[in-house]
Amino acid sequence: MKLKYFSAPYLVWMVVFILVPLVMIGYFAFTTDGGDFTIQNVSDVGQYANIFVRSIWLSLIATVICLVIAYPVAFILSRMDKHKQGTMLMIVMLPMWMNFLLRTYAWMTLLGNNGIINNILGAVGLGPFQMINTSGAVVLGMVYNYLPFMILPLYSVMVKIDKSLLEAASDLGCSSASTLFRVVVPLSMPGITSGITMVFVPAISTFIISRMLGGGSNLLIGDLIEMQFLGNAYNPHLGAAISLVLMVIILVIMTVMNQFDPDDQVLI
Amino acid sequence: MKKLGKIYLALVLFFLYVPIFVLIVFSFNETKSSSVFSGFTLDWYKRLFNNRIIISSLVNTVIIAVAASIISTILGTLAAIGINSMKRVPKTVVMNVTNMPIINPEIVTGVSLMLLFSFFAARMTLEFGFVTLLIAHITFDVPYVILSVMPKFRQMDPHLYEAAQDLGCSPLKAFRKVVLPEIMPGVVSGFLMSFTYSLDDFVISYFTTGSTSQTLPITIYSMTRRKVSPEINALSTLIFLVVFIVLIVKNVIESKAARKRMSGGGF
Repeated sequence: MKLKYFSAPYLVWMVVFILVPLVMIGYFAFTTDGGDFTIQNVSDVGQYANIFVRSIWLSLIATVICLVIAYPVAFILSRMDKHKQGTMLMIVMLPMWMNFLLRTYAWMTLLGNNGIINNILGAVGLGPFQMINTSGAVVLGMVYNYLPFMILPLYSVMVKIDKSLLEAASDLGCSSASTLFRVVVPLSMPGITSGITMVFVPAISTFIISRMLGGGSNLLIGDLIEMQFLGNAYNPHLGAAISLVLMVIILVIMTVMNQFDPDDQVLI
Repeated sequence: MKKLGKIYLALVLFFLYVPIFVLIVFSFNETKSSSVFSGFTLDWYKRLFNNRIIISSLVNTVIIAVAASIISTILGTLAAIGINSMKRVPKTVVMNVTNMPIINPEIVTGVSLMLLFSFFAARMTLEFGFVTLLIAHITFDVPYVILSVMPKFRQMDPHLYEAAQDLGCSPLKAFRKVVLPEIMPGVVSGFLMSFTYSLDDFVISYFTTGSTSQTLPITIYSMTRRKVSPEINALSTLIFLVVFIVLIVKNVIESKAARKRMSGGGF
């Protein structure tokens, strides 16, 4: 009995439910309703350039904010006593286990025009501010939802950085800033790149956060795709073309990220 | 410096937890307002338990998560065994395809499966509902099982399996007695991962479900569309409580196991 035949059921499953559907996206993107070849759908995507730019821009901002917030968190966590680390990590990750619709809904009630934040500000004589249905609210929703995805890979890389390495750096005359930039950052590079992809990919393709917090005026790529498949604008061919462009964008970003992530890096 | 770190961590935790605590507090609010607390009530919880749509979608979610995670664990473990004994090139190809549902945005996986299912729905008797949902869940679960089982093979001595056979085990017995115990931690964590991903999934379910089979996240989504409904707050509170208890139990079990290991390795 050859062991490699064990994978046969999965290989069938993989071809039918992973490969074929992706090929279908390619097929739909380049055909008309009648099944004729066309590049009309792909060129139509150009009309939505503003939505693409907005999606890339907002998710880039959210990714940068996540990185800035998460980096110190991961570092502090990784330097804690071993027995405290597990508990603290659990406390940081716990909100992630709530369904993300509920987490986004929570901000909907906080940011609303009659929401708590505006009420509190009103009590001290400020506002009311328009917070919900703005692009700022969308970025906030992204940061809130995906922050743990940045903390976790950073933490798991930093926890492997030996304490004596940091001590050696300072013994040899590094200030804390140069220890950070010349020792910690280079060693945590794999965590940075995987954190960036883990935040950027879901952020650029979300349609829930923009719908719940951005109102109608902050459409993202995800909304655009959803509208072509389940919305009023039903047009799976255009939807497939948009999905294809989205995949290409993500592929480009990931290739760029891989440049910063040398495989031969020695983790200590 | 230490103090500064603590303050910073506290601020981040404040940011992470305040929205959830606000939901919890207002789940006990008498009125529908989610900004002014006017009095204590348990009404929303009563309503929640009497809401047939929520209860039935909860049952659906659990059934699908259990079924999908069991099937994916079996499919994925078998796959990992097979992939592990493949030659280099086919192995790389299969692993690259396996990674696709993980790398691809969920919405792309969702619409690609929707295209496939509508192709079959138009030509055969396939209806969007339980079956399509189950297939979709298995499809995004299996890669996680494979990815958590594969490293266990790398840690295992490849000659153990042959040694067991040399010592008189049949291939099946050698597998059961030698290979399976070695990869078991990976199988279990793969199962748990698929179970939680299935429970939590919204995007892929959203594109592959029909009107007959709603899962809890989809019901939550339609509830949030109606803006004000404090039942969501009550539901969030209960979910938070369940997650909290599960994580505490997991933490206690893990630290007990760690302590055992430490004292077991005694000097």
